[in-house]
Amino acid sequence: MERRIVILGGGTGGTSVANRLRRKLGDDARITVVDRDDRHVYQPGLLLVPFGLAVPEKIVRPRQQQLRDGVDYRCGAVDRVDVDDRHVQLLDGTVLGYDVLVIASGTRLVPEETEGLHGPGWHETVHTFYDLDGATALASALPTFDGGHLVVNVVDMPIKCPVAPLEFCFLADWYLRDRGIRDRVRLTYVTPLDGAFTKPVATRTLAGLLEEKGIELVTEFNTGQVDGEAGRLVSFDERTVEFDLAVVVPVHSGEEYVGRSPGLGDELDFVPTDESTLQSKVRPDIFVIGDAAAIPTSKAGSVAHFEGEVLVDNVVRHLAGEPLASRFDGHTNCFVETGFGKAMLIDFNYDTEPLPGRFPSRVGLPLLRESRLNHLGKLMFQSFYWRALLPGRSIPGITAAMPRTGKDFDALTGASRQ
Amino acid sequence: MPEKVYAGTAVTVNDEGFFTEPGQWREEMTSELAREYGIERLTEQHWQVVKHMRYQYEQNGTGPNVRALARSSGVTIKELYQLFPKGPAKLAARIAGIPKPRGCI
Repeated sequence: MERRIVILGGGTGGTSVANRLRRKLGDDARITVVDRDDRHVYQPGLLLVPFGLAVPEKIVRPRQQQLRDGVDYRCGAVDRVDVDDRHVQLLDGTVLGYDVLVIASGTRLVPEETEGLHGPGWHETVHTFYDLDGATALASALPTFDGGHLVVNVVDMPIKCPVAPLEFCFLADWYLRDRGIRDRVRLTYVTPLDGAFTKPVATRTLAGLLEEKGIELVTEFNTGQVDGEAGRLVSFDERTVEFDLAVVVPVHSGEEYVGRSPGLGDELDFVPTDESTLQSKVRPDIFVIGDAAAIPTSKAGSVAHFEGEVLVDNVVRHLAGEPLASRFDGHTNCFVETGFGKAMLIDFNYDTEPLPGRFPSRVGLPLLRESRLNHLGKLMFQSFYWRALLPGRSIPGITAAMPRTGKDFDALTGASRQ
Repeated sequence: MPEKVYAGTAVTVNDEGFFTEPGQWREEMTSELAREYGIERLTEQHWQVVKHMRYQYEQNGTGPNVRALARSSGVTIKELYQLFPKGPAKLAARIAGIPKPRGCI
């Protein structure tokens, strides 16, 4: 009997899983991917757009083109999921029944949750690079910025790619030096975290890099208000940071349909999910991949890629009535652009924080250390993304399980020689 | 691990003051814990948040972050900052005897 698999979201996770499932199940399953538009954005490119290092049109491709033959694509917004009757209702009235539902609808920006963020000055003195419109507007604004206080502010966690705001700071430093006006700009990173990053070893390295580049760090700043006219961020505990130009990462939530679907999501509209099997805690026939899942990983494309292997195996087992056997260890891998043609690489999972060393083994890219090789890796990644990651292909030598060989575990005790 | 005494009972906390064994927490420790973190008197609303924090931890294995705390407890973020200045989620977690809320990375 043909099984019906509905995948909500045609982004990194949804597309790669659809392709993997199609390859694995062939005509034994009818696979439908639903998304509200047909524009797949290569999100790592958004960081580069404001600096003129990427062109907006070049980082967008049709979603449908990324799907294998035999995968149905339906363009439409989801109204809600009925988890009891196992169907998805679209806003246009279409009803899609499913045997397995894969939620891959990611996260959305909700700037309206922060007082004033969408007010006077939006896209003038207050910007974001977290969506294509924002990144494009910032690309127009940055060249006219000739001096003053440039503030990069994360309003609240979780956010997509938690290193991107730091990368923005590093690239801004490079860009301003290139223009010969760095000495006229005060550059500050304002974060709700108690350090530059969440984990101690990487926090030390990244905070050191900020200091080296003359970028100030303001921590534990929970932004309550953004006043674009007065040029001021105000925190809930009534501290202020003044700015001439603010680059703000707005609050993130899960998709609205999650909130409209009784029993499906948590307070922030993310879906409670077993962090190991990727089966939802809502129903056994619902699996979750990528940013939509309420699990303690970074909201990052690499996570979705590594999750794909585990999720597909578990979906197939579930359909066959077998116990779920694949386990996700929280593997995350990110290049961190640091400017001047260099980048760092971090690689970690639920149990192991980002450490120095080499990836994927003792011979490989340097971890938690600036290098040109990592920058080249990041540049090459874009073509790899469209050609291998979205088609759902595994990468030779790099698996969902985080490699331990090559990592300097001594760094945890401060005994590292690096 | 540092050891502390609240309401006459020794408990273990980590370097940041979060309980490492939430099972050691008792309601009668709350006022003493609150005073240690600069809250002289616990109002009914403080209690509501602390109990909610504890409940969320028992349900989900982690306390919520401040936004989720506001959504689920019905106390607005502004009010939470008035009740627990400088970081309500972390402060309420310390007073509720649960580990540091697991921030998404």
